[in-house]
Amino acid sequence: MTQDTILSVRGLCTDFSGGRGDVRVLDELSFDVGRGRIVGLVGESGSGKSMTALSLMGLVPQPQGRVSARSILLDGKDLSKLGPAGMREIRGRDIAMVFQEPMTSLNPVRKVWEQVGEPLAIHQGLGRRAIRARVLEMFELVGIPEPKTRLDAYPHQLSGGLRQRAMIAMGLICEPKLLIADEPTTALDVTTQAQILRLMRDLRDRVGTSIIMITHDLGIIAEMCDEVNVMYAGQIVEQADVFELFERPAHPYTRGLLASIPRATEPRVSRRMPSIPGMVPNLAKLPEGCRFGPRCGEAMPICQRAPELKPLGPTHASRCWLNCPQEALSQGDAP
Amino acid sequence: MLMFTLRRILVSIPVLIGITIILFLMMNVVPGDPIELMMREHASPDVIARVRAQMHLDDPMVVRYFRFLWNALQGDLGVSIKLNRPVTDLILKAFPNTLSLAVCAALVSWIIGIPAGILSAVRRDSLLDRFFMGFSLLGVSMPIFWSALLFQYIFAMKLKLLPVSGFYGWKYMILPAIVLGWSSAGVIARLTRSSLLEVMRLDFIRTARAKGLRETGVITRHALKNALIPVVTIMAIQVASLLSGAVITEAIFSIPGVGRITVSAISSRDMPLLQGAVLFATALVILGNLVADILYSILDPRIRAQMRKEA
Amino acid sequence: MMTRSVDSAATPETPDEASFLRDTVRAFRRNRMAMAGLIFILLLVFCAVFVPWISPHDPYRVALDEQLLPPSTTYWLGTDNFGRDVLTRILYGARISLVVGIVPSLISLLIGTIMGILSGYLGGKTDFVVMRLADMMIAFPSLLLAMVVMYTLGANLLNIFLALALVGWASVARVVRAQTLALREKEFVEAAHANGTSRGRIMFDHIFPNVVPTLIVLFSLSIPEAIMWESSLSFLGVGVQPPAASWGLLVAKGKEYMFQNPSVAISPGVAILLAVLAFNFIGDGLRDALDPSMKD
Repeated sequence: MTQDTILSVRGLCTDFSGGRGDVRVLDELSFDVGRGRIVGLVGESGSGKSMTALSLMGLVPQPQGRVSARSILLDGKDLSKLGPAGMREIRGRDIAMVFQEPMTSLNPVRKVWEQVGEPLAIHQGLGRRAIRARVLEMFELVGIPEPKTRLDAYPHQLSGGLRQRAMIAMGLICEPKLLIADEPTTALDVTTQAQILRLMRDLRDRVGTSIIMITHDLGIIAEMCDEVNVMYAGQIVEQADVFELFERPAHPYTRGLLASIPRATEPRVSRRMPSIPGMVPNLAKLPEGCRFGPRCGEAMPICQRAPELKPLGPTHASRCWLNCPQEALSQGDAP
Repeated sequence: MLMFTLRRILVSIPVLIGITIILFLMMNVVPGDPIELMMREHASPDVIARVRAQMHLDDPMVVRYFRFLWNALQGDLGVSIKLNRPVTDLILKAFPNTLSLAVCAALVSWIIGIPAGILSAVRRDSLLDRFFMGFSLLGVSMPIFWSALLFQYIFAMKLKLLPVSGFYGWKYMILPAIVLGWSSAGVIARLTRSSLLEVMRLDFIRTARAKGLRETGVITRHALKNALIPVVTIMAIQVASLLSGAVITEAIFSIPGVGRITVSAISSRDMPLLQGAVLFATALVILGNLVADILYSILDPRIRAQMRKEA
Repeated sequence: MMTRSVDSAATPETPDEASFLRDTVRAFRRNRMAMAGLIFILLLVFCAVFVPWISPHDPYRVALDEQLLPPSTTYWLGTDNFGRDVLTRILYGARISLVVGIVPSLISLLIGTIMGILSGYLGGKTDFVVMRLADMMIAFPSLLLAMVVMYTLGANLLNIFLALALVGWASVARVVRAQTLALREKEFVEAAHANGTSRGRIMFDHIFPNVVPTLIVLFSLSIPEAIMWESSLSFLGVGVQPPAASWGLLVAKGKEYMFQNPSVAISPGVAILLAVLAFNFIGDGLRDALDPSMKD
């Protein structure tokens, strides 16, 4: 990990025990987030994007869920070694999260400023007056018009876009090292989406926040992110610099996703996921070998064996036999 | 807010008037003459005729109803046949006793029911949860008169901790309040539990956890206020069940309240007294519902906003 | 909730129904408390019906030399102030208490269903009038309303039925109305309407069968309530009149002898408690089995 890496995840696994035994929902995730960078997690629903966020936050439902990792270094501190109390101190102070549904993610019976300012009370022990002043500053920062009059509003009195701005203000109020945004614009209309995305990019430029951007929308990835992790069935299948990914997608799944982006002339709304045939497999009944195999148009006999995430260049890696040099293949074939 | 309250009051007036009609009809279609039924053995025909005239019982029904309504509006509920005193006086004299019984019982039910419900929800499916829920079902399934006798037997007769019955001070209130409160504690506990469980599933609870709040903080600062709104409004509606229960509790513990007036009015066939007591109790229930609605709108800002829009 | 296809207008019995019933029975049987409740009630009914053959004692025979005996092998729950066997009297009392649980519930269900469907389906003035009437009935504290009826009509079994039905119908009507409102918007009702089916037919053939599961649950939960109200009325002396004896009356009579033999007052109360619990378990089990969405 270099000086410029804020988060470095190695071997993150999350298991759920349910009625029919254990299910591994996240399998050996490893990725980095550079200081002041925006890193995307992209994939279909069920690929494990949101679970990654909850695992990093220590918010995986207990006691069914279990998170383990070789290391999760946040600015040099290993979160995987922290207990529940230690994670509580990290949450909201060092890592904050913005959720998908700004309406239901705010408490309907408490005033917005109390909720936005609550992390300050928890982590910095500030008094009400100081908190209120700070919330006002944050409201200005995230571009809430007439911020003074909105302090005492209840969530239902704000529009969807304003609520999401408030959520972002709440996330940033303790100046966290990392902000995780889980589909922050999915519930918003198209114009508002664009505004919120611009705001987040602005904040990154001005405040220098590092952001993990979770989305199923490759358009948002292209607009926002510096690096991308493509997820499929609980694994990272491709990892690349954003230009590299769009220029030279290596994994058939990524190519499928890219092929399904509509042209720029079409409205953003219809930029839905894919025309890739088939569905994300049930994690309890994974196929043998490559998890994407059954849906892959380029599957080969070797795909019966699980491929590993192999580097293709300094900023590019892919989990596919197609990208393995021939000698590696023959080596792998040997018993 | 004021508009809403006013409108809500206006809406309950027709209901109250309807209730006076129903009550009046039920009271006055008695087969046989109430006065004769009551006084047959003790009075000569002259006396009966005089009392009838005094009570205007020979007027047509409609005239009598409107006289009853008009008088009731002025606070005059007639004169008790048996005690020969104004019904309003008798009720107002008895009401403070019933009120303090009901308030104490309500307190008992909240003090037991709300914490039990919260603990059950927080420790869902634990032994504690099952214990509280089993206990609350037991509370709901016990007839009040029976648990009253049981408590009386154990705490007053056997252990001699508390007086058996009568009404001469706060000590006399403890058993009746526990008996009456105990029966609604179960309802409150179940409601609190299901309400809190529902709230704990909502998204904003996850947000609260994401801020780094402790689990106790998540519950007290975020879940409870939301979860207790329906519980608080149920408390106001509790009035009806507390009044029904008070009838029995007062009878068993010899508390001179409105409930005991009602029972004695029935056994002495004192029509005006019974009519007045029931009307009074029903008005209280309507008042309780009114308070519940207003409380609900005060506690939930979403409802409040809706009210403002409508008003 | 059952869903029906449009052509089920002619044959309300769809194949769905058989499997729905099977699923319900299976779900109910899996619920241990509900099954225990059911077994207890069946046992109670059996004993109440056959008590003259089961019990060696005469419920009305006065034996002044055997007053207020404590529980023994001859008198399992002891004897009352007239030397009568308490257990036998409780089982005779079960006859009255069970009948009073069931009959008024049926009446209030019948009235409530008719009122609720009419109110919900026809809407408008009918709805307004019925619902205001229901509001008024619900505003009366139940026990006081029943007491007034008993005062007016006189204390006998038939009037207890009437009083309790009067207390119970309004809440049934409210629930049924809410369901009817939802059903009215369903495709099969609109289709029947479009086909020119009369409103009466629609209410009877399409709405009614779909509220039946709810009615079953309401029925099973209103029985324990009726038992409670009847016992309260009888306890206060405005219900069942001696020498007949319901459980409430037995408690009332027994309370005079709490010191000499508490069993006389306590035992019939236990009977009430157990029966009410059993019916509540059955009701909860039915509710979960028939429609999980109704769960509190």
